[in-house]
Amino acid sequence: MSNHEYVPKSKFGKWFNDRLPLLSLASHLAEYPTPKNLNYWWTFGGILTFCLITQIVTGLTLAMHYIAHADLAFESVEHIMRDVNYGWLIRYIHSNGASMFFLAVYIHIFRSLFYGSYKSPREIIWIIGIIIYLLMMAAAFMGYVLPWGQMSFWGATVITNLFSAIPLVGEGIVNWLWGGYSVDNPTLTRFFTLHYLIPFLILGLVVLHIWALHVPGNNNPVGIDVKKPSKDTVPFHPYIVIKDGFALLMFIIVFAFFVFYSPNILGHADNYIEANPMVTPAHIVPEWYLLPFYAILRSVPDKLMGVVAMLSAILILAALPWLDTSKIRSAVFRPLYKQFYWILVVDVLALGYVGAMPAEGLYLLIARVATAYYFVHFLIILPVLGFKEKTIPLPLSITEPVLGGLPMASALKKKESLN
Amino acid sequence: MKNFFKISCLAILVLIGNYEANSAEKVELLKTDWSFKGLFGKFDRASLQRGYQVYTEVCSSCHSMKYVSYRNLAEKGGPEFSTEQAKAIAASFEVIDGPNNDGDMFERPAKLSDKFVMPYENVKAAQAANGGAYPPDMSVLAKARSGGVDYIYSVLLGYQDPPSGVSLDDGVYYNKYMYGNNIKMAQPLSDGLIEYSDGTVASEEQMAKDVATFLMWAAEPHLEARHKMGFKAILYLIILTILVYFSMKKIWSRIESEV
Repeated sequence: MSNHEYVPKSKFGKWFNDRLPLLSLASHLAEYPTPKNLNYWWTFGGILTFCLITQIVTGLTLAMHYIAHADLAFESVEHIMRDVNYGWLIRYIHSNGASMFFLAVYIHIFRSLFYGSYKSPREIIWIIGIIIYLLMMAAAFMGYVLPWGQMSFWGATVITNLFSAIPLVGEGIVNWLWGGYSVDNPTLTRFFTLHYLIPFLILGLVVLHIWALHVPGNNNPVGIDVKKPSKDTVPFHPYIVIKDGFALLMFIIVFAFFVFYSPNILGHADNYIEANPMVTPAHIVPEWYLLPFYAILRSVPDKLMGVVAMLSAILILAALPWLDTSKIRSAVFRPLYKQFYWILVVDVLALGYVGAMPAEGLYLLIARVATAYYFVHFLIILPVLGFKEKTIPLPLSITEPVLGGLPMASALKKKESLN
Repeated sequence: MKNFFKISCLAILVLIGNYEANSAEKVELLKTDWSFKGLFGKFDRASLQRGYQVYTEVCSSCHSMKYVSYRNLAEKGGPEFSTEQAKAIAASFEVIDGPNNDGDMFERPAKLSDKFVMPYENVKAAQAANGGAYPPDMSVLAKARSGGVDYIYSVLLGYQDPPSGVSLDDGVYYNKYMYGNNIKMAQPLSDGLIEYSDGTVASEEQMAKDVATFLMWAAEPHLEARHKMGFKAILYLIILTILVYFSMKKIWSRIESEV
């Protein structure tokens, strides 16, 4: 936090600020000292905020025209697409917006993994982030149910049925979730209610996420602490604002291509068939962003253990700050971790791929190997690596690599071998 | 170490690729040149009007189109019949309205605001009349099948005699492109089945293409508006992005000169 006290210039401003220090807050946000060496992977925080606001605004508009009733939901979505002014635009922004939101959040998470942003003193930021991610998945899943197409209905059936794996009370819980003996109108109305609620919970958590971030300040590609404010930092406005704005515009261009030129490519064709409890689709698949976890779920032969594995795969991330025993944050200075990082990326992509395929033959084998490796990475490799790895010496300040242009891992390596 | 990882990753990818090539026995769908694909794609107006004719004269005896209204036929970006033509089309169908002041339901000619009249009263009636199979509603059909219009076009032209060894039940037909190859719809199109009012030769391919185009419009009536707006929006975004890029360079130059 900036040390000097902000004093508004106008008399009214001072009067107001003494009673509610909004102007101090605005001043803090504008002056917030940010490491000057942040690269474009750091722009996804701002992009995610944009995604959340976009989803809320388009979602509110859709909710004005949508009817949460099993007999009318599908028709009301077609009404939005055909008869509501620019309804097609609002709906396509909302449906593709979900995908773009997840694309951005995965980049954001993997950036954090690469540069060790989850490590001390940023554990709370990271854990709030994981909760946001969990809520995002819940919101996205329930949102996908609302158009009441075939994938909506059967996806809801498969996922809610997972709770039946809980011993003794499983069946009861599933019936309680459904509000009946199958996915039906009561399920739809409660999913709509929760889908409306969750984004505002996320919004609240985002405020906490940013608040927690502003206590220690941003991590950076070099991963060493910076003195604030100093030569190593720039004020958030205008430097980071304009840079985030530029990255956001690039992101919106990609977003716009999906919305205007292939709005349905990320969805499943079956969801344009109205829900029919009598006809099961040949393959029930979730949206692409949930596929890696779907693959983990199906790779375990036992239903209960499958659910446990899937949940652990997400919850294990919350323990990451303590599983990773290395004191060095950035992978730039961790030659071995860097390789394991990329293997993890390939592993998760492979899980996503097999998650979309039928769970049989080679696909199932790959899913099992990849699932096992996922847990090995977090439970064995990361804890051991912190003790075994020979890291590259850190520079004294971030200005050093900034002067050199690029992160100087390779140059430093050479220096080291010369010594 | 590094090479080992690279090689093993590559090996896995190659394995997956091979496996897919072996397991993929998917038939390649028939392709034709759709005017509505691409950045500036627009519907071929004449094809849409012919497609409507194929739909009414052939498909609509079994397939409903319950989300499309007669007024849509005269709207911009669609077949663009004149309002008079659309009114005349609507008037040629009878709808049940009511109850009137005496409490009775009555029949009247359809108006522009009415949805397309359905061939059957309900799904059960449709199934009963079609050997148990429900002819799917065609409003969003072009978006409800993977492969989209290409799939519809292919199925319409994919009727064949079953390969030797394959025996079919009564009322089931063999179709090269249909999922599972069995279809309960008899071959709907044949050369010269209808007479196009604009004089186009009604070959099987022509009718399949026209009706598939019509179905694409029915599923995505604002497609032209979407393409048009998309081009403008993206052009605007690109220009804005370039401007912001140079502003960013300018602003950051203060810092870089300082160091």
